[in-house]
Amino acid sequence: MIHSLFLVNASGDIFLEKHWKSVVSRSVCDYFFEAQERATEPENVPPVISTPHHYLISVLRHRIYFVAVIQSEVPPLFVIEFLHRVVDTFQDYFGVCTEAAIKDNVVVVYELLEEMLDNGFPLATESNILKELIKPPTILRTMVNTITGSTNVGEQLPTGQLSVVPWRRTGVKYTNNEAYFDVVEEIDAIIDKSGSTITAEIQGVIDACVKLTGMPDLTLSFMNPRLLDDVSFHPCVRFKRWEAERILSFIPPDGNFRLLSYHVSSQNLVAIPVYVKHNITFREGSSQGRFDLTLGPKQTMGKAVEAVLVSSQLPRGVLNANLNPSQGTYTFDPVTKLLTWDVGKINPQKLPSLKGTMSLQAGASKPDENPTINIQLKIQQMAISGLKVNRLDMYGEKYKPFKGIKYMTKAGKSVSSYLFEFLFI
Amino acid sequence: MLDSNKDALKLEAMKRIVAMIARGKNASDLFPAVVKNVACKNIEVKKLVYVYLVRYAEEQQDLALLSISTFQRGLKDPNQLIRASALRVLSSIRVTIIVPIMMLAIKEAASDMSPYVRKTAAHAIPKLYSLDPEQKDQLIEVIEKLLADKTTLVAGSVVMAFEEVCPERIDLIHKNYRKLCNLLIDVEEWGQVVIINMLTRYARTQFLNPNINEGGGGDKTFYCSDEDEDEDEEKEKKPYVMDPDHRLLLRNTKPLLQSRNAAVVMAVAQLYFHLAPKAEVGVIAKALVRLLRSHSEVQFVVLQNVATMTIKRRGMFEPYLKSFYIRSTDPTQIKILKLEVLTNLANETNISTILREFQTYIKSMDKDFVAATIQAIGRCATNIGEVRDTCLNGLVQLLSNRDELVVAESVVVIKKLLQMQPEKHSDIIKHMAKLTDNIQVPMARASILWLIGEYCEHVPKIAPDVLRKMAKSFTNEEDIVKLQIINLAAKLYLTNSKQTKLLTQYVLNLAKYDQNYDIRDRARFIRQLIVPTEKSGALSKYAKKLFLALKPAPVLESPFKDRDHFQLGSLSHLLNAKAGGYQELPDWPESAPDPSVRNVEVKESVCGPARVCPVNTFPTNRHSSAPPLILISASSEPDTGSGSESVSVSVESGSPSDSEESEESSESDEDEEEEEKEKKKKKKEIKQMQASESRARSKPDVSFQTIAPSSALKNYELLHRITGEGLSVEYCFSRQAFSPDANMVAVQMHFTNNATSDTKNLHIEDVKLQSGMRVKEFAEIELLPAGEATTAVMGVDFCDSTQAANFQLCTHTRKFFVSIQPPVGELMRPVFLTENEFKKEQSQLMGMNEISENLTLDAKCRNEHAIVQRVTTAANLSRVPCGSDKECRFAGKTVTSGSLVLATVATKDEGAAQLTVNCEKMVIGTMLVKDLLLALTQ
Repeated sequence: MIHSLFLVNASGDIFLEKHWKSVVSRSVCDYFFEAQERATEPENVPPVISTPHHYLISVLRHRIYFVAVIQSEVPPLFVIEFLHRVVDTFQDYFGVCTEAAIKDNVVVVYELLEEMLDNGFPLATESNILKELIKPPTILRTMVNTITGSTNVGEQLPTGQLSVVPWRRTGVKYTNNEAYFDVVEEIDAIIDKSGSTITAEIQGVIDACVKLTGMPDLTLSFMNPRLLDDVSFHPCVRFKRWEAERILSFIPPDGNFRLLSYHVSSQNLVAIPVYVKHNITFREGSSQGRFDLTLGPKQTMGKAVEAVLVSSQLPRGVLNANLNPSQGTYTFDPVTKLLTWDVGKINPQKLPSLKGTMSLQAGASKPDENPTINIQLKIQQMAISGLKVNRLDMYGEKYKPFKGIKYMTKAGKSVSSYLFEFLFI
Repeated sequence: MLDSNKDALKLEAMKRIVAMIARGKNASDLFPAVVKNVACKNIEVKKLVYVYLVRYAEEQQDLALLSISTFQRGLKDPNQLIRASALRVLSSIRVTIIVPIMMLAIKEAASDMSPYVRKTAAHAIPKLYSLDPEQKDQLIEVIEKLLADKTTLVAGSVVMAFEEVCPERIDLIHKNYRKLCNLLIDVEEWGQVVIINMLTRYARTQFLNPNINEGGGGDKTFYCSDEDEDEDEEKEKKPYVMDPDHRLLLRNTKPLLQSRNAAVVMAVAQLYFHLAPKAEVGVIAKALVRLLRSHSEVQFVVLQNVATMTIKRRGMFEPYLKSFYIRSTDPTQIKILKLEVLTNLANETNISTILREFQTYIKSMDKDFVAATIQAIGRCATNIGEVRDTCLNGLVQLLSNRDELVVAESVVVIKKLLQMQPEKHSDIIKHMAKLTDNIQVPMARASILWLIGEYCEHVPKIAPDVLRKMAKSFTNEEDIVKLQIINLAAKLYLTNSKQTKLLTQYVLNLAKYDQNYDIRDRARFIRQLIVPTEKSGALSKYAKKLFLALKPAPVLESPFKDRDHFQLGSLSHLLNAKAGGYQELPDWPESAPDPSVRNVEVKESVCGPARVCPVNTFPTNRHSSAPPLILISASSEPDTGSGSESVSVSVESGSPSDSEESEESSESDEDEEEEEKEKKKKKKEIKQMQASESRARSKPDVSFQTIAPSSALKNYELLHRITGEGLSVEYCFSRQAFSPDANMVAVQMHFTNNATSDTKNLHIEDVKLQSGMRVKEFAEIELLPAGEATTAVMGVDFCDSTQAANFQLCTHTRKFFVSIQPPVGELMRPVFLTENEFKKEQSQLMGMNEISENLTLDAKCRNEHAIVQRVTTAANLSRVPCGSDKECRFAGKTVTSGSLVLATVATKDEGAAQLTVNCEKMVIGTMLVKDLLLALTQ
């Protein structure tokens, strides 16, 4: 299983190493650096690298490479998934997962890694158990610790590991009992030049923040569970109940967790909340190009489209862009040729637009790549698929919790509009 | 600071040391000072010392021994967590001298009461094995023992140890197979991955290929029409029946496709790909496509596997074609893999959309990706004849692209395409000949030259001219181009020697003095071959044949073509090379090994809910001693290897509202109960530990109870008292005639109100049934006071099927979804026949209606009395008098249609027996055989 772990920062320094079996020399990472050099972009480093004696499996998150060293056959996804879990845990503990944060908390990191793997095999990865074992550092606790000399390590022995609900710690107590659920949906769409949708899909997650005393047993039901085409659950959700009744029944972990992620079937028409009118042309012979872009809202059920950010990778021949936004600000990076336009909120009465000219390299011929336009946006108080939570009930405890549900829609990795010409057919 | 008395100072020192280790600095000098603190009281100091110790013990073996006694003391601690952590650190110290101590500690821990300590023992096994492989035999014994463990906590870890130490000892799994399958869903995620991978291998050795009737696994034809044909064929042959254990595995892994852990999903996907019948593999596609929205590393691995799958089973992913469309934000490696998948998925119907996508990609700014796209277009064109011309035209247009890389890549691909049908495309060749002036990329130039040479007959005028130009620039060309120039010259010399004789001579002369010996050799060889001299032998006569032979067109293949001989999802598959420790996926056996090896003695299989049964400790339990007994036998059914669909499903649906219904969850419920009761006296923590230990202790008693044969009626749970908020309902098939309607099965329900308040208006509502089924509800129970129990009888006409009857059980406040599912044995009622009548009826139910199975009777079931008892318990049949004492006969009629059901058990020597069932309804017959087999073998 996992032999060692090296953390490598963006400049190629190993700043942390941990071994679970015999020590593996740092020099094994040279193979990784070689691959890193060969890759043009940081994310192009192959996740699995084979070296004469070891295999390196790496994950890039927050500009840090987590390189695991493997000696024998193991499912690669097993390692990748575990590394991501490590990153999530760090993030959970330190708020951010940066080189500085890890260096500051190197002892906690080490203790965590020690608990998460035993001889290379995952032992405790549930954040609830880990938090019982090792208390996350907070400012207050650090102060108290320095004064009194007490420790981060939990005084009590972790009983959670023994219980049948390993994801929930025991003896939880709150004065205010609250349960919040965020329904966040993302649209991923590719739209072609003429504005017709090539693919569009909606993915959503329900993130929960549950702070309830004792061992509550919750059920969450939807008005329209049929919308959910494909779902994956947190281990706490009882699968059979979902199969039979389409109700989520679970004993929640304490704190923040992702209850469910789902996919809305593509058969249902996805309403793209914005439309784009664009006109980007380059004239043959002249060193000028025209750029004209207008955004408008579409089918948002009266909710405002916020935090709109448009970005476009312009062709390499473009030297500079001289544009005029009707609202928001734009930047153009002449090195990466990335144009970003921070629009903000779309006002349906006065549509935002970005117009102007681009100057091209003199003498260069008309670029033949077509720029793609990526749009990010956010709509509060609405789940674009129309998913609605019906009710949330609690059993097993006597008090009345405060319940809250929030909906949000945002653009996924790419609501992009590819522009292209027809070559054949 | 380490010598200080104050813990705070020690802690500070240790923290600095650990920080040094983390940065990779050597801290081994401090070893003696650190080891002293191993007995420190402060937990954090202790932990950090452990970290240090594990890291450096190997280098300082002698000093490390000083710490051993501390751990040995820890192993005896009454607290299970301390025992576990002591074992963990002890086993992590890689010092050979302590191997015997470790061995002893592991053996002891393996029989510890606490499952957590046993889990740690399982973890320690591979550590010891890597330290000293000679201990293997002893370790295997420990593994065998731990494999029999019934807790989910241990299962994952011990299978991991099994995989590392003795993956070849597949025989150890037999007895535990069914248990592992049933526990699987409750094991923690990492354990699931390991278990699923192991079970895949196991299943490959123990079961028959489910696709065996479909000839060669059905390579490229995965279309609906083919499948229908296949099915028809199957009906004719039909000898294949899936082993119930095989089915059990598939059924129990399916829900895990919904896991949040990508590794689990992938493991299930590969299991289905390798083991499931063709028609069922499709379910994994959706889950795999879901993984594509995860991190890019996950996508990378998943796409590799999808690419392999698409070659074998294209139909599976066709509906998800659009999910593989490339996004501009994808990293290059992901783009290229997606392209691979798209190309594999291309067929006549979707090729136009795919090609349109490809056009977009050609405009991309990522040049590697563009090159890959052009290759992909080429592959589509070779695979699908209809679009070859379109693709070719498109590629030719690309030749005028301004980017040289694009042009070069297109040239190479066009060359390959042209080889398939050169006659039609002489103008393309001409066009390409013109390009030689501009293109600089050597590979492309060489390709053009080769094309011209090969098809010089189609372009007789241009070819010599190209040669002339090339001869001029010969010295400046790359090697690969030079070789092609020589080839071209030779070919032209043979076809058109008048015009090119001098040119060829010139080129050959130039080549003769080239720096590269390959080129010199080639020139010399060709000169001898084509230029006729006195010396040149017979060979030159054949020169023309040699050079202008018809070359077969290259086949453009996916690089993923042959990867599926590696187990999907494995590292070896990803690298397309065997990784260390990779276990080959064995081929299906020709004939199935004996399935009975997986049968388990009843008493061994008492697990999960059975443990719940410290019944005696609950004074409130309303049952007399008999019902809990029955409850055990019912719930342990899936474990005893029922395998038969009807029984195990009926158990699952026993309390549908207790959704997970797994052993664990009900256990947890019980835990809570226990807690509440004992809370007053003791604190929670201590109590919980006790609970688990007392549970462990109580195990033998329970198993003792279960051995008692229960000819009484089996009780099934309809509503658990936790989910029913105090109301619990059990039901049994009373085997009495249901008076209001003779075609119905009587179901006796036993209501118990454990709540503190009264329950009113108990009745049934909203009955959901399969067509043809009917239900006669019981009269509404007006009032069920707290703590009281009552019974009611309802009738269900199951239409001779084991379909469940679903309905809502309503009280004045709540509604519960429940369902009743009958085992097949309850769908019949006894009839009395004489021996002669029996024989007569039997003779009319031969052929298709007769199913017989050979079996080995359980040791406890070799006499006539036991057989009769077991059969009549499993099915509602009556005994038919019989002259021979070697045979037992039973007869019954199905409740609804009144079809006869005849069963015969003929015993032979040494427990061998033959079971024959004759029934007009084949489905009933088959299921009954399964149930009876089970009843008789265990």
